Amino acid sequence: MNKLDLLMVGVGGQGIVLAGDILADVVLALGYDVKKTDTLGMAQRGGSVVSHIRVAPKVWSPLVKEGEAEVLLALEKLEAARWCHFLRRDGIAIVNDYALPPLSVSLGLHRYPSDEEIRNILQQRTKQVYFVNGTEKAKRLGEVRAVNMFMLGFSSCLLPADARLWESCIAQRFSAKAAEINVAAFRQGREEGHHAGLR
Amino acid sequence: MKKLLLGNEALALGAYHADVMVAAAYPGTPSTEILETLARFDDIHAEWSTNEKVAMEVALGAAYAGVRALVAMKQVGLNVASDPFMAASITGINGGLVVVSADDPGVHSTQNEQDSRPYAKFAKVPMLEPSDSQEAYDLMAHAFDMSEMFDTPVLLRTTLRVSHSKSVVEITRSRNPLPRARTFHHDCEKYVMLPAHARRRVPVVEERLAKLSAYAESCPLNQIIWGERHLGIITSGIAYHYAREVFPNASFLKLGMTFPLPARLLRYFASQVERVVVIEELTPFLEENIRILGVDVRGKEFIPSTGALNPRIIEEASFHAGLLPQPSGWKAAEAVTGLPERPPILCAGCPYLGIFFVLSTMGQRSKLQRSQGKWEKELKLIITGDIGCYTLATYPPLCAMDTCACMGASIGQALGIEKAGTKAKVVAVIGDSTFFHSGITGVVNGVYNESETTIIILDNNTTAMTGHQEHPGTGISAQGKKTKAVDLERLVRGIGVDDVKIVNAFDVRALRTAVRDCLSNPELSVLIVRGRCSSQLKQRSHALVVDAAKCDRCQTCLKIGCPAIQKKGEDIYIESTLCVGEACTICEQICPTQAIKRPSTESGQRNNEQA
Repeated sequence: MNKLDLLMVGVGGQGIVLAGDILADVVLALGYDVKKTDTLGMAQRGGSVVSHIRVAPKVWSPLVKEGEAEVLLALEKLEAARWCHFLRRDGIAIVNDYALPPLSVSLGLHRYPSDEEIRNILQQRTKQVYFVNGTEKAKRLGEVRAVNMFMLGFSSCLLPADARLWESCIAQRFSAKAAEINVAAFRQGREEGHHAGLR
Repeated sequence: MKKLLLGNEALALGAYHADVMVAAAYPGTPSTEILETLARFDDIHAEWSTNEKVAMEVALGAAYAGVRALVAMKQVGLNVASDPFMAASITGINGGLVVVSADDPGVHSTQNEQDSRPYAKFAKVPMLEPSDSQEAYDLMAHAFDMSEMFDTPVLLRTTLRVSHSKSVVEITRSRNPLPRARTFHHDCEKYVMLPAHARRRVPVVEERLAKLSAYAESCPLNQIIWGERHLGIITSGIAYHYAREVFPNASFLKLGMTFPLPARLLRYFASQVERVVVIEELTPFLEENIRILGVDVRGKEFIPSTGALNPRIIEEASFHAGLLPQPSGWKAAEAVTGLPERPPILCAGCPYLGIFFVLSTMGQRSKLQRSQGKWEKELKLIITGDIGCYTLATYPPLCAMDTCACMGASIGQALGIEKAGTKAKVVAVIGDSTFFHSGITGVVNGVYNESETTIIILDNNTTAMTGHQEHPGTGISAQGKKTKAVDLERLVRGIGVDDVKIVNAFDVRALRTAVRDCLSNPELSVLIVRGRCSSQLKQRSHALVVDAAKCDRCQTCLKIGCPAIQKKGEDIYIESTLCVGEACTICEQICPTQAIKRPSTESGQRNNEQA
């Protein structure tokens, strides 16, 4: 791996910052330089949240440049569309197939784009789009909030790190009890990532 | 040891390893994590002060008493603290004093976009600026040394992308407390600023500034990185990293000490390169001050002076300025337009939804929903607002806020609007932490000047917006110790407000009655609305559900602005992952057809048993 610019996006409260922190721990353990910057403060309250993660032998700017990210990991569909211009033309979009309409949509002030529209927007940017049923899978595991770990597991196939390192970095971030279900969600996500041919 | 640290964590650790003994702050994005990190060390005193002015005074007192002290705030906090900050400059210190101000270029979480740097020049104190977490850690040691060496407070200015970026820090030091005499010495010509004493201190400050200017020339924080000589870039802070990325081969003068500036070093650098430019975020502070020193530099001709910078902005600006050749066929990657925005919103189960729903309906504010934020006709109810999560009640569907200026402003503004002679009733809305910060004096003023307004204190017993910090009302210190809680009700009664009511935030009928009573009372009244922040709930019961057979799609529930209440086609449903269940029930209470219900009694009981 020469460099990896990655954008994690979603809605405040979905656990994007935490998932990104774990990824940063992993690449640091692999010996890379890493910089990461998140949306914090007011914007976190149910707003659009973005986490920039940059990995390389030496990183200057913590911000990913538009059009240069290798990977976009989205925990919500509309947010995937909103941020996909950060992807390179041959980048990979990994999208949780889950819609959380903004308040303005419920109020009838705006319209949530259709699945087809979102797919088109993403495919105009890159041909490599993976829709993943993360929220559904996490629900079935009994903890919908573990969707971030499921999606992280799916994307983990793209990094040259073994499962053991990932899982120890995850375990460090949770209590023993919470670690169990989060590691389980990660494992299942990773398995599906392999299955989808992600590498 | 290498560690991945947030800029703010690195600042805190740097201060701890530099022997800081007293740290004070008021929470504010992007500065909050500095004190949160320091509070974890139990061999120092770290406190949330009621506001930044008090925090500055606490730190200044500690510094007078001979120990090293730090005070941290966001940029608008420095406005609040500016009075004691200016005082600290003229008295000087004894133990080192570092003042951290964190700017928010791009206005992510503030009421303005303010550049703190002119404060250093204004107060005639030195200023340091880190560009990443490593420098944040390293600069702290320099800052304290410099403070003691020159008998001055040091302004350490950071910005959002430094404070809120994680990068690798090589931790080279540890805490080795120096033996210090923790004594305050009577020295009234230094510490008592009577005019006669202050007059003698003025030239001392000027001499200090001259010495600092000389020191800046050899300060190791100002560094030249030689590259090709056709372009020289003078920069500081996060802009340095952006510029290195865009111009990998240029020569750099990277300033870690940005006031006073090193005149000779700047002239030398400029003389060694063919073209010299300044790349800095926000105002042309460096550019103008370098030009004053006689070095003809340019920057803001092509770099924007508002908003946050990033490598793309610098790259595009450099194409236009001819600093970089524009690749043929180059086209910026543009964001998709026309998507619905997703601004931050009040959370599901927020204890403020009920009171704002009441204010919104009583004030007939639903008509503002499609008004694009402007309304020419007279309002029935004017709602002055303040700083906190609740400012988000401005957005539709609540549209329940008319002003938000700065911490504590709601109360004074309400009185001003009333005294201007408006016909409408005026209500000021302010959170508990903001009230302690700077609402109290407004109430004193209201009692004294016979205000007829209603002040609503939204009391969720925490500082929610910045991440649930303690405050004087919670009875718990920044370091987690149990302390004495200030009682809001007794406080306002003590000031002289006779009409004080406390209402449960989740009881809509009681809220409506209380607001009506307050508005009909021709004297100052205070309504304390009390409820727990939903993001602090330890246990949640099952989500409420909509009985589709009973629901007549009237959409009254959508007017609450609860993000858990969603619409699919014409049908209303409650998003189970967001709803907090029985802790709230606002929607259940207001549904005209009783279509919103708690889940079946059986599971409800199970929850009660669990609780």
